[in-house]
Amino acid sequence: MIAAHGIRVARSGRTLLAVAELSLAGGIVTGVVGPNGAGKSTLTRVLAGELHPDTGDVRFEGVPIAAIAPTALAQRRAVLPQSSTLGFPLAAEDVVRLGRIPHAGAVAAAEDEAAVAAAMAEAGVVHLAHRGMATLSGGEAQRVQLARVLCQLAGPDPARTALFLDEPTASLDLAHAHAILAAAAARARAGAAVLAVLHDLSLAARWCDRVLVMEAGRIIADGVPADVLDDALVSRVWGIAVRRLAGEGARDLAFLATQA
Amino acid sequence: MSPALALPQRRRLGTRAALALLAALLAATLLAALATGPVALSPARVFAVLMGDAAAPRDAAIVLTLRLPRTLLAAVVGAVLGAGGAVMQGLFRNPLADPGLLGVSAGGAMGAVTSIVFGAALLPAALAPHAGAAAAFAGALVVTLAVQRLATVEGRVLVGAMLLAGIVFNALAGAVTSAMIFAADDMQLRDILFWTMGSVAGANPRTLAIVAAASLPLLIAAPLLARALNALILGEREAMTLGIAVETVKRLAVVLVALAVGASVAASGMVAFVGVIAPHLCRLARGADHGWVLPGSALIGAALLVAADTIARTVLAPAELPIGLVTALLGGPFFLALLLRQRLAVDGT
Repeated sequence: MIAAHGIRVARSGRTLLAVAELSLAGGIVTGVVGPNGAGKSTLTRVLAGELHPDTGDVRFEGVPIAAIAPTALAQRRAVLPQSSTLGFPLAAEDVVRLGRIPHAGAVAAAEDEAAVAAAMAEAGVVHLAHRGMATLSGGEAQRVQLARVLCQLAGPDPARTALFLDEPTASLDLAHAHAILAAAAARARAGAAVLAVLHDLSLAARWCDRVLVMEAGRIIADGVPADVLDDALVSRVWGIAVRRLAGEGARDLAFLATQA
Repeated sequence: MSPALALPQRRRLGTRAALALLAALLAATLLAALATGPVALSPARVFAVLMGDAAAPRDAAIVLTLRLPRTLLAAVVGAVLGAGGAVMQGLFRNPLADPGLLGVSAGGAMGAVTSIVFGAALLPAALAPHAGAAAAFAGALVVTLAVQRLATVEGRVLVGAMLLAGIVFNALAGAVTSAMIFAADDMQLRDILFWTMGSVAGANPRTLAIVAAASLPLLIAAPLLARALNALILGEREAMTLGIAVETVKRLAVVLVALAVGASVAASGMVAFVGVIAPHLCRLARGADHGWVLPGSALIGAALLVAADTIARTVLAPAELPIGLVTALLGGPFFLALLLRQRLAVDGT
């Protein structure tokens, strides 16, 4: 669905991102992991069309992403950043409704309201609808923001949408982190391309069908998490000796630091 | 869809109904303002005069010549300050931002005061009467553009840098104004003092037309900015990924506000608090949706300034208080009360 070719982003002479070839398919969750400063967010912004690379091009279903009108792109591609603070107090339901902005005028009001209600159910935040965002916990607020991006992508063809999550679970507790990734994975099962930047390797192993390991602006490993995230690679890339433990399921992996 | 998913209706009053209510309030305030003064007229009488009743030339002269121009000017300036404040607050995602913050008003004051001190000496006598308005407008625009230029890095307007630049230019424009006051003679000092405190007493059809023309782009565009400003509540990155051309919106909004506020400052001087209070009242009443806050702030700002002008010219009649003094005296404590109430509500939980 999204294909990048010959991407390079540099700032003040330092290469932030260099990716020769990468494509994101619909129907799967792709995880991006790597140490701080490895270029995970930069990659996300480039693939989502938020940041234009210095060289190379990104295509959304074959069309150069920079050539797609911002509103048309926003109907098909949504981005959930790490955490947002609101400029003014809003109720949770109003925040979700803002996700319909790219569809303004294009669909009937009833359809918008149905999309809002469905997205809130999908993200498990119907009970928070009338609460002020300022009164919600960090995890609850992030799930409301997830409902907003889900409702932004609501449309006739969920298989032709792309959902980007840029460190969506940073500073969230375990239950909220899993709930957010579960909802994203459900979107992938409906056909959407999902990309999630994650710091927790166990979360990545559990929810991602494919994982990209980044180091110094480059993708150094790409594949099924259980194959890619082995002791040697994790220890080398993160610079800390790690031992991998397996749980009952094939996707249940834990990473123990063996030295402090 | 199951009934459990349906969200209950919660708005007590639709946006259109609420705006209609505010428009009616503004109309009533205008009528009351036209009826109030040394010669009291009944609202029915005022209405008849406005509808073209020529039976009583004295009433017609009082309403149409004495009261109407300044009342309409107060309404337009109030609408500009209210809507301008709401736009700036939405842009900066800060409920305390207003055109004064960006240096728009200070730039306007610098221009106007400079023209009071040097206008007579430098300009031919025929041009002098209009110099104040033009200079204030030029000052407002120059400062706003300079602030925006300084805050633009790699094609993006950085809000933090813009606020800092606004503070710097407020200080610089204030210094130039002070220098002008230092150089002024006694007569000019009086003019400067009175202009600084604000007044709509000098309104005539020409100033009204100038201010209205400069304000029209803002008042027309404000509702169109509502969607972008709503998206900006979430944050700049969020607004961009929702398909909003954030940089374009910032530039457009700043120029429109500079134009309208510059012209308003030129016509009526510094009028405090309207740009902060009107949007604040709107948000308190019905939430932060800009589809409501922008037009609502214009209507409330207009009604507030018309009421303030009526108080300014009647409370010590025949003497007249500066309108800026009235808005500051009434608005300051009111604003303080709002802040305290909000703090209590937060602390009380």
